[in-house]
Amino acid sequence: MAEQSIPPAAPPTGATAPPTEPVACADEASRARTDHADAPKPDRAVVRDSLGVGVAVGLSGFAFGVTSVGAGLDLLQTCALSLLVFTGASQFALVGALAAGGNPFTAAAGAFFLGTRNAFYGLRLSQLLALPRAVRPFGAHWVIDETTAVALAQPTRRAARIGFTVTGLTLYVLWNLTTLVGALGAEAIGDTDAWGLDAAGPAVFLALLAPMLRSTTERAVAGLAVVLGLGFLPVLPAGVPVLVAALAAPAVLWLRGRKEVRR
Amino acid sequence: MSATAVWIAIGLTTLGCYLLKLGGLLVPAETLERPLVQRLAALLPVALLAALTAQQTFSADGALVVDARGAGLAAAALALVLRAPFLVVVGVAVAVTAVVRALGG
Repeated sequence: MAEQSIPPAAPPTGATAPPTEPVACADEASRARTDHADAPKPDRAVVRDSLGVGVAVGLSGFAFGVTSVGAGLDLLQTCALSLLVFTGASQFALVGALAAGGNPFTAAAGAFFLGTRNAFYGLRLSQLLALPRAVRPFGAHWVIDETTAVALAQPTRRAARIGFTVTGLTLYVLWNLTTLVGALGAEAIGDTDAWGLDAAGPAVFLALLAPMLRSTTERAVAGLAVVLGLGFLPVLPAGVPVLVAALAAPAVLWLRGRKEVRR
Repeated sequence: MSATAVWIAIGLTTLGCYLLKLGGLLVPAETLERPLVQRLAALLPVALLAALTAQQTFSADGALVVDARGAGLAAAALALVLRAPFLVVVGVAVAVTAVVRALGG
């Protein structure tokens, strides 16, 4: 892909004007570079980090397999979700909504809405990884929380590409294998709730959420989303409250904007 | 819940989620320049994950309930504060939920 050079929105007037602001991912990369002194990160270190994330998260496909069968889906349906959807939060949300009695369209809407974050990850990754156009339709399937987190944490494009690929491959293989094992296991152990496996889904969501709660804005969004999600749960059909809760993001942004204008 | 309904849901989710992933990679880079898009991109998952965590911990059949899952999630939160690895966090939540439930919680 040809590197696009974007002209600055407001051209600097003087020769001493600072360079145009880098895009978010370039900014992050330069910060990471200063953090790790000047030495480039060795490929082996990137692979090791990627395997760590891929194995840890990949194994939690087990929890999905168990949850999905516990929710009433059969083995084939459960494995199809992991193979074809491959974005854990959406998968958990879908089987959760189906188990709660949501119709296929609201259930899919919730899963889809949760998947929108992957589109935003793609926005950042497309610049960072600069994948050739022909590779994108295949690479797209691996654009998820973990591959994005690993890729964004790398100091160079080479390291980001290695991180994305190794994390994606490890996670895809393991996630699907452990989904199968979990689904088979759930059929064998019968009552999955007795084993506490219904807590796996929310724990996965919490572990994904925790590192995002950096500032007051994020915490306000999370807090409002919890209130909306639980508040509308008894009154709206299954799957809809989570869509309402998503409005916490624009709502908090809007309120912050108003506060800044008043100041 | 008929098998057909489940397969419809799986098909819609597969198609929708894939198009979202691909769409992000194909959208022109200038979209990134807009600060509002950047802010929403960061905040939307926060809202959804928070709502889902709360719902799947404190609901059953469309009603609000507090049960053993709450204890499991609290344990998971503690594990996160202690910087436990991902799998340990999930394992702790499952184990604590199972124990509390076995004790009649």
